[in-house]
Amino acid sequence: MTLRLSRTWTRRVALVASLAVGALVSTAFAQDGRLEAAKKEGKVVWYTSLALPSAEKVAKLFEAAYPGVKVEVHRTGSERIIARVMQELKANIKNVDVVHTSDAGHFVFFKAQKLLTKYTPAGVDGFPAGFKDRDGYYYGLRATVNVIAYNTKAIPAAEAPKTWKDLLDPKWKGKMVTAHPGYSGVISTHVLALVNQYGWDYFKQLAQNKLMLVQSAVDPSGVVASGERPVAVDGGEYTFYQIKKKGNPVEIVYPKEGVPLVVSPTAIMSFAPHPNAAKLFTDFTFSREIQQVMADSEGLYTGHPEVKYPTDKPKLSDLKLLTVDPEELEKRGEEIRQRFVEFFGA
Amino acid sequence: MRLGARALDRSAVVWVGAALALVVLMALPLGWLVALSVSGEQGATLAHYRAVLGDLALRKAVWNTIVLAFWVGLGSVAVGAPLAWLTARTDVPGRGVIRTLVLASFVTPPFLGAFAWVMLAGPNAGLLNKLWRGATGSEDALLNIFSMPGLIFVVTTYTFPYVYIMIANTLALIASDLEEAAAILGAGRFAVALTVTLPMVLPALVSGFILAVLQALALFGSPAILSLPAGFHTITTQIWTFFHFPPKIEMAAAFSIPLLLATALLLLVQKRILGRRGYAAIGGKGGQRRTIALGRWRWPAFGACLVVMACAIFLPYGILAKAALSRAWAQPLTWDNLTLANFTFTFFEYGATRDAIVNTLELGVATATVGAGLVALLAYITSRRLVLGHRLVGFLALAPVVIPGVVLAVALFIAYTRPPLLLYGTLAILFIAYLTKEMPVGYAQSDATFRGIPPELEDAGRILGAGRLRILRDVTAPLARSGIIAAWCFIFIGVIRELSASIILFTPTTKVMSVVIFDLKEEGQFGAIAVLGLVMLALTFVTVAVVQAALGRDVLGVRE
Repeated sequence: MTLRLSRTWTRRVALVASLAVGALVSTAFAQDGRLEAAKKEGKVVWYTSLALPSAEKVAKLFEAAYPGVKVEVHRTGSERIIARVMQELKANIKNVDVVHTSDAGHFVFFKAQKLLTKYTPAGVDGFPAGFKDRDGYYYGLRATVNVIAYNTKAIPAAEAPKTWKDLLDPKWKGKMVTAHPGYSGVISTHVLALVNQYGWDYFKQLAQNKLMLVQSAVDPSGVVASGERPVAVDGGEYTFYQIKKKGNPVEIVYPKEGVPLVVSPTAIMSFAPHPNAAKLFTDFTFSREIQQVMADSEGLYTGHPEVKYPTDKPKLSDLKLLTVDPEELEKRGEEIRQRFVEFFGA
Repeated sequence: MRLGARALDRSAVVWVGAALALVVLMALPLGWLVALSVSGEQGATLAHYRAVLGDLALRKAVWNTIVLAFWVGLGSVAVGAPLAWLTARTDVPGRGVIRTLVLASFVTPPFLGAFAWVMLAGPNAGLLNKLWRGATGSEDALLNIFSMPGLIFVVTTYTFPYVYIMIANTLALIASDLEEAAAILGAGRFAVALTVTLPMVLPALVSGFILAVLQALALFGSPAILSLPAGFHTITTQIWTFFHFPPKIEMAAAFSIPLLLATALLLLVQKRILGRRGYAAIGGKGGQRRTIALGRWRWPAFGACLVVMACAIFLPYGILAKAALSRAWAQPLTWDNLTLANFTFTFFEYGATRDAIVNTLELGVATATVGAGLVALLAYITSRRLVLGHRLVGFLALAPVVIPGVVLAVALFIAYTRPPLLLYGTLAILFIAYLTKEMPVGYAQSDATFRGIPPELEDAGRILGAGRLRILRDVTAPLARSGIIAAWCFIFIGVIRELSASIILFTPTTKVMSVVIFDLKEEGQFGAIAVLGLVMLALTFVTVAVVQAALGRDVLGVRE
């Protein structure tokens, strides 16, 4: 009951906050006439890999702040998004305005293909370097880390795996779940980070433990919470955090060797059919208030220096982070997916 | 002479129309499919075939598909045939109810069934496994749905109705004389069934087996939901992954051809078997069909039917309803866990729901209306032999049945992402896919309708001086109406559950319900899937009720 109350409360605060910032941004926009232009366009089309309920929430907040501009949310996995964008382009379909995935390699690729609009959202000056493209085409909207998680009803804390290598122990055979780098950018980033750390041998050995394969980096949290598999070997930390907050028996482990950091960029496409609405929306998502919503109710990390984080989870600065170079991620994307399938079977 | 010339005119119009439709629906896509599968940088090449056949993982996918299809075929016969015999020939209690439930299983989208069985028989969180552990204290799972046997089980559960229909329809036509003769000569009930009835239905049995195999071969949703988590592919899921980034459409094309050929070959075999109806016992309407008394086996037989129905209907529907109403699907449905949040999320917060439902209904109505009109026209033309080469028209209307949905989608994708017809990204490409895919079912239904209307009535009208159009309006159409409504509904049901072609052809603006459900599955949003699944089932059952009312009998087509 208290949980439900507090969630409604958070939502209300967030809404009020967004309305306030909406008003602020509105004035800035109104001055150069872009708000009118955005309203004339009527909507912004957002291909996003942000977990569905979170994405819909951001969209609703935007629509509340800017009546008259709708957000069309198309949520799917990062790797599905790039496939979709490229397929549509090939068929000369220009549908998407804003693309947001968790595979930074995609944006290296898009940039090289000249598919991005150079646009610096308001307020990103204070963001750390890891959140900014040096040429100004894309910016990190949010970040998460990959973690291990386990079901506390099935596994006592003392026995839970503590490190990435612990997961190779045969005692976990048939008890673990992984998401898929062929679907999720969070996971493709994760795989590359661990390959750089331990080599492909790590995944070859991990596969010996007969993991359950799911697609989205959101899904392992659900699988662990339901008890279908007691241990998740990867997955976005924010999804575990959210599901734990809802009262599920889930505990998160941050391996001390380091956790792969996933910064998820966003960019406006060069062919965006609603460029003004796209800019308005992009600015909105980088505003302190929305970045704060992502931290509060979604459990995400952000690049915004003024965002305050919940006290019941570690700060990004407390964690040892394993980072990957977007260019390397782009170059080795195909290798990551192929070898993963080779080891895990599908 | 004058008559001949008019027939030729008519033929010309029909043939030009049919040829155009054929080009758009089949020739162009399949032509592109073949062309792309052999296209290389420097002219024609077999490199793609070498690549797909030389790849160990892909060969494994082929093998998995063969294993799946074979066992589903056998399993469907093992379940469907006895069930058909029980309801058609014996005094097993609740025959009407059992038939209704077989029908329900027939129209349940298999991917929904697969999804429900994840919640029932996931090795750890699955409800049945939890009950099993609770009851026996065992550590191990009773059932592991994420396995080849699990997949075979689920697919069989929703495929056996094909065998049931074949057998029940055949049994309804076979008189009991021979069976009685055997009984008089001293054979027991089961000896009669085995030595007399079985041989008479054997062609139907083999034919049903092949139908079931074809279903299993073409299926996408159930393997994607059950085999991918277990780390194995089938041909259909593998073809789908060729569309992931970076796409390998040539490989998809090359991998589609063997599936296409296998389907065509199996259908040819089936046609041969059915065509050789040498057994004289079938055909006449005379003869009586007497009910066999099961005696003390009555209730055990009923129990067996119940078990089948529990697997196909009660358990899956129950768990879907539970998931729709729960915060956490794996927890017991206590007050704390009870919620309407899944409904509010699905209908009011999740933006894709409304568009998907609208798209699905639009496509369903459009395809069913155009399709029912088209098949009615074609069936009228062929059954009244109005044009030259009417047999060929009939054959072509049935031809798409050899194209599995995924293969059709690959072909349409290749053909319509390039000029002159850039249809990818519009509902039109889905419309074409659905129309092509549902045409054979609709045509078969319409053909039966028109064959059931004796031409004598029309001739009588002609003699009385009415023109063909007036007769069509005043005589034929009223008689054919219920049959055409049924065709409409069959097509509609087929469209709203379609996944295997849609999953390749959709774009974000043309999502349909099945695709949205699959999307949600990939993200693990169980509550919303359950809600949308229930909506889909409700739509389906309303449509079925309309058919039943139109036909005045149940849609399984068994004449009592």
